[in-house]
Amino acid sequence: MAQALTRCGDFKTSYRADTTIFPSARSRAFALVGVALLIAAPLQIGGFSVLSDYWITLLIQIGYLAIAALGLNVLVGFTGQISLGHSAFFGFGAFASAYLNNTYGVPVFFSIPLAALWTTAVGLIVGIPAGRIKGLYLAIATLASQFILQDFFARADWFTGGSSGSLAAPFAVFGYQISGDRQYFYVVLAYLVVMYLLAANLMRSRDGRALVAVRDHYLSAEVMGVNLTKYRVLSFGISSFFAGIGGALYAHYLQYVSVEAFDILLSIQFLGMVIIGGLGSIMGSLLGTIFMVLLPEAMSWAVNILRATDWGNVPSIVNGLAFLKQAAIGLAIVLFLIFEPDGLAHRWRQIKAYWKLYPFSY
Amino acid sequence: MTGESPLLEVREVSLSFRGVRALSHVTFHVGRGELFSIIGPNGAGKTSMLNCISGRYTPTEGRVVIDGRDVTAMKPSARAGLGIGRTFQNLALFNHMTVLDNIMVGRHHLLRNNVATGSLYWFVGAQREELAHRRQVEEIIDFLEITPIRKAIAGTLPYGLRKRVELARAVALKPHLLLLDEPMAGMNLEEKEDMARYINDLNAEWGMTVVMIEHDMAVVVDISDRVLVLDFGRKIAEGEPDAVMADADVKKAYLGVDAEDDRAAPAAAAQ
Ligand SMILES: Nc1ncnc2c1ncn2[C@@H]1O[C@H](COP(=O)(O)OP(=O)(O)OP(=O)(O)O)[C@@H](O)[C@H]1O
Ligand SMILES: [Mg+2]
Repeated sequence: MAQALTRCGDFKTSYRADTTIFPSARSRAFALVGVALLIAAPLQIGGFSVLSDYWITLLIQIGYLAIAALGLNVLVGFTGQISLGHSAFFGFGAFASAYLNNTYGVPVFFSIPLAALWTTAVGLIVGIPAGRIKGLYLAIATLASQFILQDFFARADWFTGGSSGSLAAPFAVFGYQISGDRQYFYVVLAYLVVMYLLAANLMRSRDGRALVAVRDHYLSAEVMGVNLTKYRVLSFGISSFFAGIGGALYAHYLQYVSVEAFDILLSIQFLGMVIIGGLGSIMGSLLGTIFMVLLPEAMSWAVNILRATDWGNVPSIVNGLAFLKQAAIGLAIVLFLIFEPDGLAHRWRQIKAYWKLYPFSY
Repeated sequence: MTGESPLLEVREVSLSFRGVRALSHVTFHVGRGELFSIIGPNGAGKTSMLNCISGRYTPTEGRVVIDGRDVTAMKPSARAGLGIGRTFQNLALFNHMTVLDNIMVGRHHLLRNNVATGSLYWFVGAQREELAHRRQVEEIIDFLEITPIRKAIAGTLPYGLRKRVELARAVALKPHLLLLDEPMAGMNLEEKEDMARYINDLNAEWGMTVVMIEHDMAVVVDISDRVLVLDFGRKIAEGEPDAVMADADVKKAYLGVDAEDDRAAPAAAAQ
C-alpha cells in the first residue's frame, strides 16, 4: 500500500498539473537541461568543439534509431503485440523519402513526414493479421512481412534502385541546405523531441489508454467499448509511423540507402532496445537505444585500451574481444531479460525516487 | 424510445457450448430504474446470461433487445455506446495501469480525441476534453471512496478495493444498464455493506438500471426489486424477492446447497 499513497513533497493543485507529461517539476527541468546540453553539443567555438565528430555521429545514430525504437515500444511494450519486422518499416521510410524527393521533387523537409505516412499505410496492411492472430503466430506473420519487404526492396528497382541502392538528398529548409553532421544533428534532435512528445501525449489520452487496455485485459477493454481489431491494427500503424520517420532521417543522413541495411538482425536489435530500455516506457526506448549504440563502441574502446597494454600482444584475447563485440548484443538482451526484466527505465525510476526527496527519502 | 418499453428484454434465449446447454429458452425483462437480481446455484448459467447481454456470447437462439433495439448480434465494443457497463465475476482490471487510468478507459466511448488529436494534445482540444472528463471521473472516485488510491497501480491493490475500482470503471461509462457479476463475492461483511450501499445509490440516485448476480441471499432480498432464478440454464422463478424465496422450486434447487460453500467453490466456469 505504501506506493498507493502519494509521496510527501508531491502535491498537485489542479487536474491539469496532475496530468503533465513529467511527473514532477524536477524531472521536467531535468529533461529541459538535457535538451539544452544537446543543443550545445555540436557547437564549435574557434578551434574548440564541444563534442568530437565521432560523438556527433553516435548521437545522430541514437536519435534516429530511438525514434524507431519508440514506435516498436508502442507496439510491443504498450499494446503487448510482437513484431519481428520492424527494420523493414524503418527501411521503407528510408526508401520512400528518397523516392519522393528524387522522383517527384518533394522537398526533403516534406518528404520525411510524407514517407512516414506511406510507411504507416504499409504498417496498417501488415498489421491486418494482428486483428485476428496473437503471440507466436503473429511473430511468424511479422517475420514473413520482414522477408517480403526485404524481397520487395531487392526487386523494386523503380523504388529502391535495386542492388545499387538509392541516393538521398541532404536535408534542406526552404532553400537553406543543411551541411555536415553538426547541422543535421539539430534536425534529428528536433524530430526526437517532437516524436517523444507526441508519444507521451498519446499515452495520456484516449487511444493510448485503449492500447494499454488491450494489452492488459482485452476482454474487459472490449466491454469498455474498445474495438480490439481496430486498436491492434492501429498499433502497427503508429509503430510504422515512428519507424518511417526514423528511417527517413537515416536516409538523409547517410544520403545513400542500401538494400541490405534492413535485415532481421536490425529488427532484433530494435527489440533489444525496447527490452533493455523497458517495455512500455517512453524514456526507456531512448535509454535502450543509447545502450545498444554505445555497447559495441564500449567494446571497441576496451579492445583499444587492451591493445596498448602488454595484454595486447596476446592475439587470442584481442580477437576474442572483437568476437565478443558481435555476441555482446545478444548477451545483453539475455542478461537484461533475466536480471532486469523491467529495463533501464525501471532502474532509472528507482534512482530518481531515491534522489527526489534526498536527504529525506524513505 | 419512450419510458414505457422495458430497458432490457431477453426473449427465449438459449446458449449451447458443443452440446452443453448453458441456457434454455430464458425469457425476462428488466424495466427502467429497476434493481434486478439473477440468482441460482453454481453453473446455473447466470454469467452466461450476463455475457449474452453484454455481447461476450451470442445466443444460439433467441433475442436480446435493449431500449427497443435488437442487439443480439452486436459486438461488445459497440454495446458500450448504448450505455451498457459491466463488471466481471473474476477480477478483470487493467493491472498495470493506475486506478485513474483504469477508470478513464471507461470513458472511451464518450471521448472524441483520437490518435492524431490525442498526440497533438495541446492545440486541438484534446487536453480540454481529457480534463473535463477527468473532473467527472473524480466525482465517481469520490462517490466510491477510492480517492487515496487513485494513483496506485491497479494490480497491487487488495481484492476488495479492486472490486470497487471495477465498479468505478463500469460507472465511468455512464451506463443506463449496469451489469454486475457477483460484486460482493469474497468480501467481508463491512465491504459487502459498502458495496450494497453503492449499488443502491447508483440505482436510486444515479438512475442506473442494475442487473446483478449475487449469491448472498440476504443482500439480494434486501436491495432487489425483482429476482430471476436460474437452475440448469432454465428459468425456474421470477418475481419479488420474498415471493421467489418462498417458491417451492427455488427451495428445491437450493436444497442441500449451502450458500457459504457455494461461494467458496472455485468459479472455474466463470467467463
Ligand atoms: N466458454 C464456455 N465454454 C464451455 N462451457 C461453458 C462456457 N461458459 C460457461 N460454460 C458452461 O455453462 C454452464 C453455465 O456456466 P455459468 O458460468 O454461466 O454459470 P454461473 O451460473 O455463472 O455459475 P457460478 O455461480 O459458478 O458463477 C456451466 O456448465 C459452464 O461449464
Ligand atoms: Mg458466474
